[in-house]
Amino acid sequence: MNRDEPSGSPSGPILRAESLVKTHRPEGAAPVHAVRGVDLTVERGEFVAVTGPSGAGKSTLLHLLGGLDRPDSGTIRIDGRRVDSLSEARWAVLRRRHIGIVFQFFNLVSNLTVADNVELPALLAGRSPRQARADRAELLEELGLAGKENSTPGELSGGEQQRVALARALVNSPALLLADEPAGSLDSKGTREVLRLLSRFHQRGQTILLVTHDARMASAADRVISFFDGQVADDVHLGDGRPGADVTDVLRLKG
Amino acid sequence: MRLPLLALLVDAPAHGYELKQALENLLGSAYPQPNVGQIYVTLSRLEKAGLIEGEDVEQSDRPNKRIYRITAAGREAVDAWFEESTAEPRVRDEFFMKLALAPYTGTVDQIALINKQRRHYLNTMRNLSKLAAAEDRGNRVAQLLIEGAMLHLQADLDWLERCQEELE
Repeated sequence: MNRDEPSGSPSGPILRAESLVKTHRPEGAAPVHAVRGVDLTVERGEFVAVTGPSGAGKSTLLHLLGGLDRPDSGTIRIDGRRVDSLSEARWAVLRRRHIGIVFQFFNLVSNLTVADNVELPALLAGRSPRQARADRAELLEELGLAGKENSTPGELSGGEQQRVALARALVNSPALLLADEPAGSLDSKGTREVLRLLSRFHQRGQTILLVTHDARMASAADRVISFFDGQVADDVHLGDGRPGADVTDVLRLKG
Repeated sequence: MRLPLLALLVDAPAHGYELKQALENLLGSAYPQPNVGQIYVTLSRLEKAGLIEGEDVEQSDRPNKRIYRITAAGREAVDAWFEESTAEPRVRDEFFMKLALAPYTGTVDQIALINKQRRHYLNTMRNLSKLAAAEDRGNRVAQLLIEGAMLHLQADLDWLERCQEELE
């Protein structure tokens, strides 16, 4: 992978945020303290879920980490490199090469085909058209979208659109995948599909930070951060144990 | 256990071990398996109550097996079971009791209690996902059983969130 900036120690965490603060100041309304002093480290290969009620500030946190929004104070390091003070343009380059993002409402370009939606970021990152095509074909195949190349997003189901968005986010093999309620507008079948794919990419080493209010999604992660009122309330590594008495208990049927 | 066994016998006469297998096939490996002894005990009680009747069938190479068929009274019991509405699942009140009583101890922190419970639920949820993945995709009954348990847990977690919002 070619990098335009010297990177930090490749053995350190992928992401390290310290003392992040963000207050939204809507005009004519009281300020909203969305993120209130958050420290967060994500190690290479980790699958971390951030959960909490709506309005807890978890989406704001993700936006800060993806450079879509600027913190009022605090630092963010990606791959050891300080990024919180980067310009808009530098962030755009960073996102193109090192950070993939999927959103609740897919955010696909509606008048481009599926193939173009996925190839575009590869071309912008400097890939040759031939290579971009090959990478796109491989990903779409993998995500079960072969045959949909020439469709436009509007012709696809929600679940399919989210898979295209996932392909677009992953086409440049980002070090970090950020997912903001990726199943928030999908039915349960679409949700399961997205979850299965996230788990599969994680098993291959993809580092993922997932923001979700859905505990079923969160429990697929290795680590769950409970976010309340702009702060980390709990941070837990989920066990790898075999299903035990807890499960037997919830599955027992009366009668 | 009584009524599920009776319901299975409406379809066809069977012996104890066949009934155990039928339940397992229906509900999948995720379902806490009833032990065969429990099934035999239940069957003999049902027979005493006149809901089924048994008949010994000789087998050349092993002990006799007892085949049960449902009686008219048994069918009535099954019909009545399907007729009555089913009680809603019980709220897990022991945790809530702890939460409500924590301030009285002077030592237990309610938020710590909620966090601990959430960790437990999340781990259970994770284990249920694993079970769902291990269970045969085609066994819709078993998949729905697991999905139901997950949705209940989701509700429990949402409720914990509400408790935390109110108490923090």
